[in-house]
Amino acid sequence: MTMTAKRLTRVDAINWNRLQDDKDLEVWNRLTSNFWLPEKVPLSNDIPSWNTLSEPERRLTIRVFTGLTLLDTIQSSVGAPMLMPDSRTPHEEAVYANITFMEAVHARSYSSIFSTLCTTREVDDAFRWSEENPALQRKAELVLERYWAEDPLMRKVASVFLESFLFYSGFYLPMYWSSHAKLTNTADLIRLIIRDEAVHGYYIGYKFQQAMAEATPERQEEVKAYAYELMLALYENEVAYTELLYDEVGLTEDVKKFLHYNANKALMNLGFDGLFPQEVCDVDPTILAALSPGADENHDFFSGSGSSYVVGRTEATEDEDWAF
Amino acid sequence: MSEAPLESVPPELIYFSTRSGNTHRFIQKLELPARRIPLERGAQALSATRPFVLVTPTYGGGGAKGAVPAPVIRFLNDSDNRALLKGVIAAGNTCFGAAYGLAGRIIAKKCGVPLLYRFELLGTDDDVTRVRKGVREFWTRQS
Repeated sequence: MTMTAKRLTRVDAINWNRLQDDKDLEVWNRLTSNFWLPEKVPLSNDIPSWNTLSEPERRLTIRVFTGLTLLDTIQSSVGAPMLMPDSRTPHEEAVYANITFMEAVHARSYSSIFSTLCTTREVDDAFRWSEENPALQRKAELVLERYWAEDPLMRKVASVFLESFLFYSGFYLPMYWSSHAKLTNTADLIRLIIRDEAVHGYYIGYKFQQAMAEATPERQEEVKAYAYELMLALYENEVAYTELLYDEVGLTEDVKKFLHYNANKALMNLGFDGLFPQEVCDVDPTILAALSPGADENHDFFSGSGSSYVVGRTEATEDEDWAF
Repeated sequence: MSEAPLESVPPELIYFSTRSGNTHRFIQKLELPARRIPLERGAQALSATRPFVLVTPTYGGGGAKGAVPAPVIRFLNDSDNRALLKGVIAAGNTCFGAAYGLAGRIIAKKCGVPLLYRFELLGTDDDVTRVRKGVREFWTRQS
C-alpha cells in the first residue's frame, strides 16, 4: 500500500525547547500533571458497599472490568506503540510513550479493584468469560485489524474509537453505581481513567486531523467513509455486547443512549459530525452528574431554567490572580 | 466605551480556539459576527470595541490552575476589554469531571458576568440552535 506515513528516518536527541507543534508540549504537560496510581485511591472503603450488591450485580461488575482491562491492554501493548512510527515530531513520540505507560497503569488498576473486592474464583471466572465472549473478542479483532494494517490514518481512527467510544459500555456501570451511592471510591478511580482517555482521544484525533488536511480530497472522502463504516461495525457489536452484559439487570436501553452520546464525541474528536441524533443521546442526567460531579449545575442560562445567578462585584484581573 | 444602544449593533462574539480548532468550528456553525483572540504571544492583540460575549475552551482537564487559556487571560487583563464583557460561553468535555467547562465558571465569577452556556468539543446541532437563539435574546434583554 502507498499510504505509509513519512516516518522519522533517524533518531535525534529530543529538544523540548524547540517545538514544531506546541500542542505536543501542552498535551505532555496535561498528561504528566494528571499522573496517578491506583494505590492513591482508598478502594478498600468500598468493601461494605460491594457486599450490598447481589450476585448478578457483582458478576456483571467484574465482567465489565475484565472487558475494560482487555481494551487497556490492547492500547498499551499495541495501540499506542503502533502510533509512534507515524509520529510527525519527536515530541509526539514521547506523548505516545506516556500514553503507552498510562494504559498499562489503567489495566493494572482493575486488578487492584479485584484484589480489594473480589474472590480469586470470581475473578478467574470473569477472565474466562471475557476470553470466550464473542462480542468482546470481536471488538478486539475489529480494532487490531486496523492497528496492523498499513494505513496510518485508519490506525488513528481505530485508536480514537477505542479511547473515546469502546470504553463507554463499561464505564457506564461504575457511573451508575456511583449515582446510587455505591462503589464510590471505585468510581473515583474510573473517573481518573476517563479523564486520561479523554486527553488521549483528543490528542490522537488532533494528529489525525493534521494528517487528513494534507491528504487529497479523494483520499479524505475515502478515509471518512471508512471511519463511519468502522464506527457502525463497532456500534453494532457494542449493542450485542451491551445486551449480553446488561439485559439481566435491565439497563441495556440506558447504556445504549450512553453509547450514542459517546460515539458522537469520538467522531467529533476526529473532526467529523456526530452520527446519532440528539433524541437517542438523552443520557440519564444522574449518569452525567456522576461523570462530572460538582460541574452539574444547570448552566443553560439561555433557556431561563438556569440556577439563579447573582452578579458579583467585578474584580480587577491581574496576571498573578490566574496562576498560568 | 460607546454609548450607542445595544440593539443598534449586532451581537458580537469574541472567542479563543487552539490549533485543534474545536471552538473555531463551533463559532463557524453559529454564523454570528465573531473575532478570534490570536494564538501567538507576539501577534497583534485583539481589542474589544463593543459589548461582546466571550467563548472559550477549558484547558487542563484537572484543577483550576491553567483552566483558562493564557491568551484569554491576557485579553481579559486589559480592563477596556473586561468592561465590555457581557457573558461567557465555555467549551469542554464532561470526561474532565468536575473541571467540565471550568474556564467559564472561573471567568464568570472573576468578571461578574453570567456563564451563559456550556457545550462539548465541536458542539452538537442542538447547541448551535440554542446558542444562536440565546445570544440574540440575551442581547435584546440587555438593551
